[in-house]
Amino acid sequence: MDSSFDSSGIARPLAPVRPLPEAAARSAQAVQVRTRKSRWPARLDLLQSASGLFLALFLVGHMFFVSSILISKEAFYAVARFFEGAYFLAEPRPWLVSGVVGVVLTVFVAHAWLAMRKFPANFRQYKVFAEHKAQLRHGDTGLWWIQLWTGFALFFLGTVHLYGMLTQPELIGPYESADRIWTGNMWPLYLLLLFAVEIHGSIGLYRLALKWGWLEGRDPAATRRRLRAAKTAFSVFFLGLGLASLLAYVQLGIAHADKAGERYVPQRASAVKLGELEFALSRRPGG
Amino acid sequence: MKKNAVSSGHRALTLRILRSSPTEGVAPHWQDFHLEEAEGMTLFIALNEVRETLDPALQFDFVCRAGICGSCGMLINGKPGLACRSLTRDLDPLITLAPLPVFELIGDLSVNTGKWMRGTAERLETWVHSSQEADLTALEAPMEPELAEAIYELDRCIECGCCVAGCGTLRMREEFVGAIGLNKIARFRLDPRDERSDDDFYQLIGDDTGVFGCMSLLACQDVCPKGLPLQTQIAFLRRKMVASGL
Repeated sequence: MDSSFDSSGIARPLAPVRPLPEAAARSAQAVQVRTRKSRWPARLDLLQSASGLFLALFLVGHMFFVSSILISKEAFYAVARFFEGAYFLAEPRPWLVSGVVGVVLTVFVAHAWLAMRKFPANFRQYKVFAEHKAQLRHGDTGLWWIQLWTGFALFFLGTVHLYGMLTQPELIGPYESADRIWTGNMWPLYLLLLFAVEIHGSIGLYRLALKWGWLEGRDPAATRRRLRAAKTAFSVFFLGLGLASLLAYVQLGIAHADKAGERYVPQRASAVKLGELEFALSRRPGG
Repeated sequence: MKKNAVSSGHRALTLRILRSSPTEGVAPHWQDFHLEEAEGMTLFIALNEVRETLDPALQFDFVCRAGICGSCGMLINGKPGLACRSLTRDLDPLITLAPLPVFELIGDLSVNTGKWMRGTAERLETWVHSSQEADLTALEAPMEPELAEAIYELDRCIECGCCVAGCGTLRMREEFVGAIGLNKIARFRLDPRDERSDDDFYQLIGDDTGVFGCMSLLACQDVCPKGLPLQTQIAFLRRKMVASGL
């Protein structure tokens, strides 16, 4: 009996009736071969997130330490010497700072290398994404584009800063940093670096939470709105703190420009030295 | 009189449609169609009016008119959406309509989503894998209602292609499985009848064309007309696949 019903489909219900899209067909064949898939994509994905989280948390601490200049020169001096081990070693050891910077630089380079996997690989991909973003006008798609460009900028801005700290850790101090920023003409780089790193860090933390499903709670959509607000607050707070700190260093650098290169000596140490001098003078015959 | 209003008081709409016909060699070009807005008008109704009164050759797909079949997906003012679920009153009077990207273009607003979906289904083996011989006459094994609900929640996907068109990652890298593929893996992972382990699923999506390629842009979540929990499912799969891959 003639029928429009094709019973052959029952016997092989999953056989393709039309050619597959090329990419899908290729992958379908690859699956059939059943070679064991590399474990590295999982590790690289985790490492990208872990390195980003480490750098973002370091950034938070770094910004608070640097902004101690807003309290006083002595406060920043104390923080800088603390990281040189001055309070638990016989004397400050700047190489300790170099060690920390070395670790941060290593993670920084690793993160950049891992993140580059996601960059558009050629002009076609770049153009397709740019047009897609412009057409879709979608918030989180736009955020990734910002991550791409701030990340690209950080390749250069971050490396310059980290290399300086790696090789000259002893020049971290109120006058030393202020002279580097003003007399050493580093303030334009720090200004760009501040915006790039704070925006990249805040968006990165927000995206990390969504990527791994942290803090989802019962209402993931509401959590996402809250995370987005927290991201904006993070950016605004640390940009404000960073700008205020940079301005403080610039002011100090301008005031100290004629004595650029002179190391900072805390007032208490000065007072001790002055006291020693007065004591010595008082002991002079006829003093 | 208010701008864009006609004598009846309803707005005058302009549908700016990207016309093309690859088989007839008609290059893509924009064409404007003018019509009067009606009460409760959807884009599906508007397109039908255009086809009935202005241009019978206009190509677009539809079946159910109720957001169930997933046929009428298109770019509405640049965003993927279903024509039958889009009320014209929520849009400006000038509405641009274009076919969904990624999929094979048939003509005008009509694309072949089925071909792409079939390829993805075969690539990801989105069916129950069981070593048991199926007895079609036996009663199905019972399942906890909560589990059945959870599977059904993910099974609500209508394969409209909106998440595919909205995904920047997939637009850049066409080999990426997209949210729809990952959602299907999440659905079969839940199914107790499917005997595949996480290691088996890792074989399917454990690389940069699978779950690790997702850049968490989340347009899939935001444009899905069925409101599927794509964001949380992809995050969940990522955790499971990392645990399996380490």
